Amino acid sequence: MAQMTMIQAITDALRCELKDDENVLIFGEDVGVNGGVFRATEGLQKEFGVERVFDTPLAESGIGGLAIGLSLTGYRPVPEIQFFGFVFEVMDSISGQLARYRYRTGNTFNMPVTIRSPFGGGVHTPEMHSDSLEGLMAQQPGLKVVIPSTPYDAKGLLISSIRDNDPVIFLEHLKLYRSVREEVPEESYTIPLGKADVKREGTDLSIFAYGLMVHESLKAAEELEKEGYSVEVVDLRTVQPLDIETIIASVEKTNRAIVVQEAQKQAGIAANVVAEITERAILSLEAPVLRVAAPDTIYPFPQAENIWLPNYKDILETAKKVLTF
Amino acid sequence: MGENIAKNFDPKQTLNEIEDKFQMFQILNEDGVIVNEEANPNLSDEELVELMTRMVYTRILDQRSISLNRQGRLGFYAPTAGQEASQLASHYALEKEDWILPGYRDVPQIVWHGLPLWKAFLFSRGHFVGNQMPEGLNVLPPQIIIGAQYVQAAGVALGLKKRGAKNVAITYTGDGGSSQGDFYEGINFAGAFKAPAIFIVQNNQFAISTPREVQTSAKTIAQKGIAAGIASVLVDGMDPLAVYVATKDARDRAINGEGPSLIETMCYRYGPHTMSGDDPTRYRTSDIDNEWAAKDPIVRFRKYLEGKGLWSEQKETEVIELAKEEIKAAIKQADETPKQKVTDLISNMYEELPRNLEEQFKIYVEKESR
Repeated sequence: MAQMTMIQAITDALRCELKDDENVLIFGEDVGVNGGVFRATEGLQKEFGVERVFDTPLAESGIGGLAIGLSLTGYRPVPEIQFFGFVFEVMDSISGQLARYRYRTGNTFNMPVTIRSPFGGGVHTPEMHSDSLEGLMAQQPGLKVVIPSTPYDAKGLLISSIRDNDPVIFLEHLKLYRSVREEVPEESYTIPLGKADVKREGTDLSIFAYGLMVHESLKAAEELEKEGYSVEVVDLRTVQPLDIETIIASVEKTNRAIVVQEAQKQAGIAANVVAEITERAILSLEAPVLRVAAPDTIYPFPQAENIWLPNYKDILETAKKVLTF
Repeated sequence: MGENIAKNFDPKQTLNEIEDKFQMFQILNEDGVIVNEEANPNLSDEELVELMTRMVYTRILDQRSISLNRQGRLGFYAPTAGQEASQLASHYALEKEDWILPGYRDVPQIVWHGLPLWKAFLFSRGHFVGNQMPEGLNVLPPQIIIGAQYVQAAGVALGLKKRGAKNVAITYTGDGGSSQGDFYEGINFAGAFKAPAIFIVQNNQFAISTPREVQTSAKTIAQKGIAAGIASVLVDGMDPLAVYVATKDARDRAINGEGPSLIETMCYRYGPHTMSGDDPTRYRTSDIDNEWAAKDPIVRFRKYLEGKGLWSEQKETEVIELAKEEIKAAIKQADETPKQKVTDLISNMYEELPRNLEEQFKIYVEKESR
């Protein structure tokens, strides 16, 4: 075991997979000698060579096409999109192509691709760096969408994503890269995709969250405990497909729920969680399932992040509405 | 001062000089006469006959496909008549292990590479079995998103290079497709990685109703290869020998590690854009149709082969009869393919079904058993 930040855990997962499978290739803008703009691929080119870890021209769509073509020749590509706001340049390669290959060829060809990409607010990035666009990906059949919130989860989930024989979008929250440290095993381990994790057990209210909002939810849960409420915090970890069993079991225990996301209310995946709960557990509910989400505007100018991004106070407010409904 | 600048710096002159360098490469003229003996690939008699056979067969395939489409026995179909030299002579320069990333009009190339005809018909109708490639056949289904095949070809070519394979990835788009971002990214990536890719632009003069002049003010599409720093050539796309030589040359250079090539084949589609309601009389005059009819690749190749005593009316009739027979059998086999079920579609989504699909699979198994 070693104390690791999330970014270190990610690098460690990449190193494990480069070592274990000679078909794993890492490529993108500045991921080679530079080690990535956030040092996620630090040292990997030096250790595994330029044939395994390499830079590309600055063109996201081309990177997507490269991943598809390399898959067709038997490789296991792990491309990087420098910031997920740039996904619009590569939407066709991802949603129009990668996601559909197994289906469109009737199982003849598959795409064992893991697209890594940072996103998320709170660090005053320029335009189109921090937008939460996981909702777009979650709507595309053929993809899986994974969003870790801790170093331990990041390593296990990334190894699982890379080993998955279908495309996975692996989104890394910028604010979590270095803000959390925890014990992470040095050897390889996996965490199943599509499995949520109860980060805190409780009996009065379920909070479903992912990404940075997991930590804000845990903070809110602590505050609520001081007021005598027992709050369960469930980290979805995979936002598509959802872990329905864990979600429903939690709601059936607590009878009250909120869903917390950083994305705008009209985006993200919270509406999907609410719909699943109402379809499957409405008779367990003592109150409507409410959402905490950002306003339906474009992602804020950096100086407005603190008034715009959802935080634990918003969660507290919504939690109380549901608890006192 | 302005004059001094103009003396040393004349961007317009540079452009003119570059454009003048892209002269059309031709070996066989409209009368079936070799006009460039030096470049003649000197294919064997058997090879010449085989290439002609494929072109005639494919012309019949086009005629029958249009007719079957009109009868409602085929679905989506993009006519190919006029492009036989461009499509089949370029394919003829390939080896079995080479990869083909076709566009939606490039069904003939993948059929001649090994896709059974009945599967090509299922592709047209919209049945997943049509896209299930036989084991070891290195082709993708026809790509509908114009340009996507180009970026993917760069990736396949890089993969082949990394594997140390002496093979290439070849891909096709049209004149309109050369305006896409993916067109440029594809050739630029392949160039930057010195990947063994052959990019063919079949300039058939029109993108649906939009004439090629509206796509770009560049005098040729071949010169777009300069932007990627790759070898590029403009070829008479109605001349099977010129298309063959240009492709063979690009292939040789690619497998020798010299990187990709861009080939513009100047050709024409005699039919509509697709059979989905396009009416070419709205945008094409009979003058231009007649001009291109005179350049028909089959007519000129027939003249050439007849001159060499390698082709006859009887031989052509045999090919036509064979084509009609095989097309009939293929349609029958397509008819006999079991209908698609939702559970089939679900099964083809992932290696292991995620929870939502597992649940939906059960629902449809139940519906399908009723």
